[in-house]
Amino acid sequence: MSRKGAWAVVKNAFVWCISLVVVAPLVLIVINSLKDASQASSMGMDLPKALHFDNFSTVIEKGKLYNSLWNSVLYAGASTILCVVLAAMAAYVYSRRRSKWNKFSYMFILLGLAMPLNYFTLMKTMQMLHLVNSQLGIIILYAAVQIPFSVFILYGFVGGVPKELDEAGTIDGCGPNRLFFSIIFPLLKPSIVTVFILAFLNSWNEFTMPLYFLNSASQWPMTLSVYNFFGQFQMSWNLVSADIVLTSLPVVVLYLIGQRFIIDGMTAGSVKG
Amino acid sequence: MRANKIYPFYFSLGAMLLYVVLMVIPGVAGILYSFTDWNSYSAAVHWIGADNFKEIFSGDNMYLGFIKNTLIFTVATIVLKTAIGFFLALLLNRGLALKNVHRAILFLPAVVPMLIVGLIFKSVLHPDTGLLNEFLRTIGLESLTRHWLTDLDWAFKSIIGVDVWKGAGYIMVILLAGLQTIPKDYDEAAEIDGAGYWSRIRHITVPLLVPALMITIILNLLYGLKVFDAVYVLTNGGPGYATEVMFTGVFKEFSMGRYGVGTALSTTLFLFMTIVGYFVVRWMGKEENH
Repeated sequence: MSRKGAWAVVKNAFVWCISLVVVAPLVLIVINSLKDASQASSMGMDLPKALHFDNFSTVIEKGKLYNSLWNSVLYAGASTILCVVLAAMAAYVYSRRRSKWNKFSYMFILLGLAMPLNYFTLMKTMQMLHLVNSQLGIIILYAAVQIPFSVFILYGFVGGVPKELDEAGTIDGCGPNRLFFSIIFPLLKPSIVTVFILAFLNSWNEFTMPLYFLNSASQWPMTLSVYNFFGQFQMSWNLVSADIVLTSLPVVVLYLIGQRFIIDGMTAGSVKG
Repeated sequence: MRANKIYPFYFSLGAMLLYVVLMVIPGVAGILYSFTDWNSYSAAVHWIGADNFKEIFSGDNMYLGFIKNTLIFTVATIVLKTAIGFFLALLLNRGLALKNVHRAILFLPAVVPMLIVGLIFKSVLHPDTGLLNEFLRTIGLESLTRHWLTDLDWAFKSIIGVDVWKGAGYIMVILLAGLQTIPKDYDEAAEIDGAGYWSRIRHITVPLLVPALMITIILNLLYGLKVFDAVYVLTNGGPGYATEVMFTGVFKEFSMGRYGVGTALSTTLFLFMTIVGYFVVRWMGKEENH
């Protein structure tokens, strides 16, 4: 074998090793979610003696998974729609009309990319607005924290939509609302999908905000209830694993479907020009 | 001219309103409240000057340790994720079979919630039944087994390790995208001139990858300073205060109702990160004008 060929074999084998290290913990959980309690107690890589699919139905029932699944869908879905619409409108105006004030506003919003939340004063603010322990409250909060990032990504893409369209639309008698919602917004679709998926993933994975702002278990999203479930059933790793599988399933499926959009979005800031 | 009519001001109001009310105002109000004895036991709030900050920075309490841990975590994860991500990106960039499969696998942990990753690694790092120690025993390296999450010397390193496991693939993807923008000709021309592999990496790849590297460093910096989930799930700050970071400390102050000190701790981070953010935004503005 040539030297180059040997190098390629070593390189491939090495990358496979790394991929295995990355995937092993995930496989471990899937395998153990199908075992019975005593076999899962050692959390090994050995295959299940019998396939216990009933773990999943047990978890759905004991962990009240339908309820938290619905909460997660509601919070992530509603907040993302709210955020993407508001962010697209703002990004459009900031990008098209670069007045002094708009430039300042855009930069000011970008500061939010770095700004950490102050949970104490945020709690006080939310109380004053009657948004604590409220589903509406958590939706609005999720939307707010995703705004800086969404405006940032969409601002870049608005620049790619030709300005001539605005003029043509205006001459044809479009008002600003119709111009934006029936002409510009549809043209932004690929970037809207990207931002939507990323904001949705972030909201879905959010754990800290519900921990602070939702006391009642019936309002918890999946992340918080799986954590709570772990606290109660630490001894039954088969059930904990099954709960983990069910909680991760939606994001993994979304990732597999939307991989292209996710990677586009996550690299958007880094490779322009 | 008519710009105000076509691009009306009110379009930007919704986003600005949410951002200002829920992020900026609480952050700025926090600066004021950090000079008070605000707590959950009494309704009255009194001005106490800089006492909270004295408590944090005097060194009589554990708070300086939280700050130190946060900085260690941030620097360590920046260095490790960037180095590993860069190395993986180089490996995957060209001439690898099933490149897209590897890329999909290596990126996968980035989309799984940190909380879930933490729970998974509570099992993997378990001293008796955990996959890692089992593996070490199987290959005859019994001496390397540790109580990963409860050993004073190892708990924080383990958290950093888990975080790198989750985040390195994401950095790889950004750097891969950066590598794709470097024209092949540069590399080939240098090769013809007799430059070796590492010399080409050092003098061609790295300099041209600087913008992408900057982005990954900024992302990891902002993430590292705000870290909470990973520590909360894996060790909740223990053993003792060995792995406590700013935001787990903040959560404990919150639970104990000590809002004044907690707000001061938050405000310290708020001021620091907002200043960092200011320079980042200015830098991004300059990049855009190029």
